[in-house]
Amino acid sequence: MIQETRAMLEFADDPKQIELATYRKNGGYDAFEKALKEMSPDDVTQEVLKSGLRGRGGAGFPTGRKWQFVPKGNDKPKYIAVNADESEPGTCKDRVIMEQDPHQMLEGTLLAAYAVGATTAYIYIRGEFQKSIRIVEDAIDEARAANLIGKNILGTDFSCDIWVHPGAGAYICGEETALLTSLEGNRGYPRIKPPFPAVEGLWRCPTVVNNVETMACVTQILRRGGDWFAGLGCEGSTGTRLFCLSGHLKRPGVYELECSTDFTLRDVIEQIGGGTLSGAPIQGVMPGGSSFPVLRADELDCGFDIESVAKAGSSLGSGAIMVFDDTVNVRDVVLNISEFYSHESCGQCTPCREGSDWVRRMLKKFQTDGPDEGDIATLMDVTDKMDGTTICALAVAIVWPVQSFLKKYPEAFAEKVTA
Amino acid sequence: MLCHDSKLEPVGVCRMCAVEVEGARVMAASCIREAEAGMVVKTASEKVDRCRAMLTELLLSEQREESLKESTTGDDELYALQRRYDVTVKLPQGNSRPMDDSSPAIAVDHQACILCDRCIRACDDLQNNDVIGRTGKGYTARISFDLDNPMGISTCVTCGECVAACPTGALLNKELSAPMRPRSELKAVDSVCPYCGVGCGLTYHVDTEENRVVFAEGRDNPGSQGRLCVKGRYGWDYVQHPHRLTKPLIRVQYPKAALSAETVNSDRDGKRRKPGGIVDYEEVMPAFREASWDEALDLIASKLGGIKAEHGPGALAGFGSAKCSNEEAYLFQKLIRVVFGTNNVDHCTRLCHASSVAALLEMIGSGAVTTTYGDVCNADVVLVTGSNTTSNHPVAATFFKEAARAGAKMIVVDPRGSGISEHAWRFCQIRSGSDVAFYNAVMNVIIAEGLVDEEYVAQYTTDFETVKETVARYTPEFASAICGVSAESIREVAITYGKAKAAVTYWGMGMSQHVHGTDNCRCIISLALMTGNMGKHGAGLHPLRGQNNVQGASDAGLIPMVYPDYQPVGQDDVRAKFENAWGVALDPNPGLTVVEIMKAALAGTVRGMYMLGENPFLSDPNTNKVRDALTALDFLVVQDIFLTETAEFADVVLPATSALEKNGTFTNTDRRVQVGRQALQPPGEARTDWRIICDIAARMGHPMEYGSSADVFDEMVSLMHAYRGLSHENLGATGKLYPCPNPDESDGTIVMFGDGFPTENGRARFVAAEHTGADELPDAEYPFVLVTGRVLEHWHTGVMTRRSHTLHAREPEAFVEIHPDDCTDNGIAAGDFVRVSSRRGAIRLKVRPSAACQPGSVFIPFHFREAGANILTTDKLDPDGKIPEFKFCAVKFERLDP
Repeated sequence: MIQETRAMLEFADDPKQIELATYRKNGGYDAFEKALKEMSPDDVTQEVLKSGLRGRGGAGFPTGRKWQFVPKGNDKPKYIAVNADESEPGTCKDRVIMEQDPHQMLEGTLLAAYAVGATTAYIYIRGEFQKSIRIVEDAIDEARAANLIGKNILGTDFSCDIWVHPGAGAYICGEETALLTSLEGNRGYPRIKPPFPAVEGLWRCPTVVNNVETMACVTQILRRGGDWFAGLGCEGSTGTRLFCLSGHLKRPGVYELECSTDFTLRDVIEQIGGGTLSGAPIQGVMPGGSSFPVLRADELDCGFDIESVAKAGSSLGSGAIMVFDDTVNVRDVVLNISEFYSHESCGQCTPCREGSDWVRRMLKKFQTDGPDEGDIATLMDVTDKMDGTTICALAVAIVWPVQSFLKKYPEAFAEKVTA
Repeated sequence: MLCHDSKLEPVGVCRMCAVEVEGARVMAASCIREAEAGMVVKTASEKVDRCRAMLTELLLSEQREESLKESTTGDDELYALQRRYDVTVKLPQGNSRPMDDSSPAIAVDHQACILCDRCIRACDDLQNNDVIGRTGKGYTARISFDLDNPMGISTCVTCGECVAACPTGALLNKELSAPMRPRSELKAVDSVCPYCGVGCGLTYHVDTEENRVVFAEGRDNPGSQGRLCVKGRYGWDYVQHPHRLTKPLIRVQYPKAALSAETVNSDRDGKRRKPGGIVDYEEVMPAFREASWDEALDLIASKLGGIKAEHGPGALAGFGSAKCSNEEAYLFQKLIRVVFGTNNVDHCTRLCHASSVAALLEMIGSGAVTTTYGDVCNADVVLVTGSNTTSNHPVAATFFKEAARAGAKMIVVDPRGSGISEHAWRFCQIRSGSDVAFYNAVMNVIIAEGLVDEEYVAQYTTDFETVKETVARYTPEFASAICGVSAESIREVAITYGKAKAAVTYWGMGMSQHVHGTDNCRCIISLALMTGNMGKHGAGLHPLRGQNNVQGASDAGLIPMVYPDYQPVGQDDVRAKFENAWGVALDPNPGLTVVEIMKAALAGTVRGMYMLGENPFLSDPNTNKVRDALTALDFLVVQDIFLTETAEFADVVLPATSALEKNGTFTNTDRRVQVGRQALQPPGEARTDWRIICDIAARMGHPMEYGSSADVFDEMVSLMHAYRGLSHENLGATGKLYPCPNPDESDGTIVMFGDGFPTENGRARFVAAEHTGADELPDAEYPFVLVTGRVLEHWHTGVMTRRSHTLHAREPEAFVEIHPDDCTDNGIAAGDFVRVSSRRGAIRLKVRPSAACQPGSVFIPFHFREAGANILTTDKLDPDGKIPEFKFCAVKFERLDP
């Protein structure tokens, strides 16, 4: 049987863990204090590099390398932005950290700031997460009062302040550059890359944008060692990860698991998720949130790690494993997905603004009337052109799932043959 | 390709220019992606073309079946892409974006909008108005005005920069005088805007069959850089107004008096007035009959000749106009001096910058600006004083706002808050008439803080001690009690100005139109001199000229005491030069100025007048006195394009041509001499102004013959050192900044006086000024201060602008701005009518509460004949500039029953 490996969630069930005293009693901020007093900023980065940590926001970029992109010896201020705008459908792990162990995120944030020389960090929290905002703000206040945040932290030369910035309800602000534009007080529009935020981010200064869970992992890595982290999971997917199991499952929820090539995605769904609630057969799984291709029931026997799922044609993305059984109409599923992304398209660039809604209208027609002859080819053609022509990746978040549904469930999208 | 505009920062949002970059998964927008060494880019490939075709099709699927732009001007850039990529729209049509027809000049069609962001950048970055933004997200995203208001009720100023930037039919010019047609079928005429002194370059697109302008566009020239305001872009349709005069008129109804019931009768005669607007021709035309040119010209020659014979040349006088060309100004003053035989010739410069010019001539030896408005980009401190720049010089204001946004510290000093003060680093809202005290204190601080540029003062100036002595008494605390700005603010502003690497000063009528107008200007000139802010980029003095050709008309000698190029009539060698050139003996005595001529008419010493394009009945102070003066004249000739309020008093009215109907040069506030080119044929028998002047001269026995206005220009230039080297031909499309001795190689001179001044000793002279205050201070009976001025949409007496659809629609009626506290105290609400009166008369008009005014002062624009602000103003003059105090008199107001 697959078991949870609880590191990040070790103390999450203790309601007092959100308090600084409990967090410290459980070893909290020791790693940060040690780093400040015994390690150079570069040592911290090296430890993270050694751990093999990859970002937990969905793209899986190696965290240590991202930090290394921050220019050294540049007199511009540097910033940390923690992406807590958790909005991807099916993803609900960051709020567990924020609401049950917020200091773990703050400690990671401080470690990151120390590593790259940032003196200000912003936690950009999804506006709807009122409880998270309150708990994180209280945690910051407590930590500031204890001189863990602020000027000359713990008597050292290192100063760093942390502020919470609540979002205003736009999914796009979870895109790292849109998040920065929004932080600056503007409409949350993604920026054209390059330049990447690590070089030119907030207020055109070097900025590291990391996900909440990534920061929690940083805390674990500095607490227990990069080698420890690298020893968990498997190559390319080290450490533990929070997975959000949802959909037609007996036991949906957030689980901390190691990745492995020794068991499969299907094993996780069955052993952790308990299989479908109804007992009906699985029809499909979206293993990394709704923005990645769907896997059919017969495609679930791949290894449970980033590379294996990628080889199977999808992605572990943000760790949101969504399962639907054969009682649902896949036309409804794909329409629902397209409705979400077309609604959340920021409207800045043409292919996404025009294309995503065009796709939605087409899928609406499919749902009610079914496709006419040639419609599928046209839809594939339009979505092809949306892929890779936009400023940010939101367009592909509609293209990939839609194309995968059309390809994998051809019987559901059979064209009407006109005489 | 769709979101790109060479004037705007690239944003890369349309994605139409996306290209393949080898090794990259995604395509890159070539407008914004910087090329790197070793990068392999495919700008054309099957993939690139197919992406473009698909994007074009997606966008087209949202368009109306027929593009309004494509079916009119035919230059829709999206449809050009359709042709280029041979796109047939197979996608289902979308249709869920609305129209917005609320603006008088601009049609907004959200369905045709492709959200390319050009209009937003044009509004933000070029005009610096920040009206257009985006609202909604995804497919419901659309451009929005302010907080998503309809354009017509937003803070949009209808400059049309967004229309110029729009690649599709989303923002379109509405039809103003003739149906839109494809550009290729229209004649493009490069010309100059006929309104303010900014002198924006523009192109009229003319339907030659209809003899109508279809639309106007900004044209790149080194000054205005293609920008226009609402007047330039949409305010030209007055030339097609049915009121245009097409035949000479001779008066048949005597005795003379104002003809319109509603013409500024104040409420002396108790006649019920109409709601306002322009002269009612049905009411006034019966007083005239149409005549032939021969009859009219003969009558003029015999009457004016008769007055001259009987009462001497001094009984004649002429008002030229700063709306006319240099050539017309030159010929007009020549006619008055040579044929009439008097120096009684003046024009509206007397009412605008006469005091600025007096102070500039006295102190630095030259009345023109020392640098351009565009040079503001090189300044680190910008002083804007007595200028409502956003209304009166809107395009210059865009450059000021741009400089402020780029980090220059803009200090605005003005009794009234205006659009420009919102962009200020510090806004010093001084009390009306306290300028001298304020600036003396600023100089006091600069001296006390050791910020005087001693080296500059020693090398280039004289008499610094007199100013030093005078301002010593004006401590910030002392001045603060007079001007109402805190001593601390005065110090801060003074130190900032004093420490500036380059500080430039722009000023308007708020400085000049006072009985101490010359003193006001002396102060800011002294300030610039003592800090060495002269003769370098980003520094200097710039009185913003009001009329399109007030600089040129003054240069051309439309001034009673000087010949062309400011050469004094009283100086024997100068006079000898002109006598030689013109072949007659000239009057050695300086003539009378505008207000003095009116007073002389009232006194009976001036008996005959020739007015070219001026409307003193509304523009001169103390209207009731002007009425009496005009009535008292034995003979008045008015030459204009409409029957103006002044023409109601005329014996003969001559139909003239508008700026769009003739060729001629105009000199803008920057000293840029530009050619205005004929776009339209004059209506009926209307004649070009310079030819009419020659006709009159010939009938009075002094033929003046020229083949064209270019010939007139050549004769004028031969007598003007400042214009040496210039000709119509070498002025070209964008004109030249005089002095420009080598026009073939140079655009002319931006910064003047880098090495001394055109004075006898080559040095500038400091002249001190004491605070004296206004002539008529508020008292118990008349407790409020009246400030007059202008609004963005209207031009002077409204003769042109009130006959323009867009301008009239935006600002149709007279109003008085009163501070909200004063409204409350007097039980007045927005929209109430009040009777405003001074010791000279009374008017009634609508109230607009406005915090732009200070408590205790009211503001009335003087454009509106049905409530002429000049009924109230005083005709007291500045002793040096002879300019009246339009900016200060005592009034009271009372609420009227609806």
